[in-house]
Amino acid sequence: MSLMDFFSRHGSEILQATIEHVWLVAATMLLSIAIGVPLGVLVARRPWLSKPILGSANVAETIPSLALLGFFLTVPWLGARADRLTIAALTLYALLPIIRNTATGIAGVEPAVREAARGMGMTERQILFHVELPLSVSTMLAGIRVATVLTIGIATIAAAVGAGGLGEFIFRGLAMVNNQLILAGAVPAALLALVADFLLSLLERRLRPAR
Amino acid sequence: MSAHSEANLQAEVIIEFRNAAYQLANGQSLLSRINLTVRRGETLVLLGRSGAGKTTALKLINRLLDPSEGEVRVEDRPTTEWNPFDLRRHIGYVIQETGLFPHYTVEQNISVVPRLEGWPRERARSRAAELLSLTGLDPNLFLPRYPHELSGGQRQRVGVARALAADPPILLMDEPFGALDPLTRAEIRGEFQALQRRLGKTIVIVTHDTNEALLLGTRIGLVEAGELKGTYSPHEFMRSNEPVAAAYAAQLRVLSEFEGES
Repeated sequence: MSLMDFFSRHGSEILQATIEHVWLVAATMLLSIAIGVPLGVLVARRPWLSKPILGSANVAETIPSLALLGFFLTVPWLGARADRLTIAALTLYALLPIIRNTATGIAGVEPAVREAARGMGMTERQILFHVELPLSVSTMLAGIRVATVLTIGIATIAAAVGAGGLGEFIFRGLAMVNNQLILAGAVPAALLALVADFLLSLLERRLRPAR
Repeated sequence: MSAHSEANLQAEVIIEFRNAAYQLANGQSLLSRINLTVRRGETLVLLGRSGAGKTTALKLINRLLDPSEGEVRVEDRPTTEWNPFDLRRHIGYVIQETGLFPHYTVEQNISVVPRLEGWPRERARSRAAELLSLTGLDPNLFLPRYPHELSGGQRQRVGVARALAADPPILLMDEPFGALDPLTRAEIRGEFQALQRRLGKTIVIVTHDTNEALLLGTRIGLVEAGELKGTYSPHEFMRSNEPVAAAYAAQLRVLSEFEGES
């Protein structure tokens, strides 16, 4: 049976897994942006918080994903649902690039621009929302892009704890020594990563402020 | 004494430094106890070397800094009693690097303070157009442009227009023409002089350029190593015996002798 035949025969199954995969990634990204951007602003505003926050995010990044998923499985509320614990684990991985790039973007705003903004009587809040964040958007998006691609990859491992997604095929294929089954998970996952990377890079370029 | 400065003696005091000093958290003093008054309609130039404390003095006026001793009064109220945001919107501020927002068009840049003050978009827009013409730029051409599409001189004009947007009675300018080439600088300076006469604002300008101080200032405050050495009319300044003032004046005389020889 050729690979094409396999794909057409299992099309609906693959589509189902892809939707699960996208849902895991989307939920993770929403959560990690909601947490990461404010933390990035905090790092930019309070330099003494930069070591503890970026340090913790860095440490999270070094934990092997299978170990983290396994650990979360044992945590009471978190371990009760596979998708819940997966999203929590994936969020931990996605945070670092988002926090770091938000902080870098804000730090990159010209001091003269900030001084002019203060001198004109803008409040700290107005400076953040009207000046600093808009000027950091493309740098932030670069971080979000890296985090998204990373998450799409790591999300395949979530199948090990029963969260579904394209990893299902890979794990099943590995267990049954069936290459087609492995590819049925790996190829769509790779395509998903490429498409996300491409779309987000387009957006990033569009939103980059002219200099 | 000219009629102009006599009139000034009666005009009300708009800005006043009373024993105002500023030091950094580590105790380093940037400005030691200065006393100074600026009356309505005056243009005071703070002249001095880089690092003399001129910019610090300027930032005490719009409360970008609070004095560590003494007080600075604006319109007869200590700056520390003003709401800092109200105070700053009441005072136009122009800096050397212009600090235009790169993600805003010229129109949006000029409209920042009016919009903060809640002006409707249409009114802010026509005000921006009016100010652009006032500073010598064609509104139709320049309103939709972004700062990166402007030359240094055009950017500085927009910077001045932005500072004037909400019609503040006071204007602070920190080396406003410092980053421009000499010809553009002379040109904009000349236009600014005309503008100054027309608008009758109370202006404080910081510069290290003696020419600029003499051309633009109705009074010159000499700042050296964190101290105010004195204030002079341009005329008095050229004849002052104060060593630092005399040094500035001598440097100008060298220039004019050089012109005489050629």
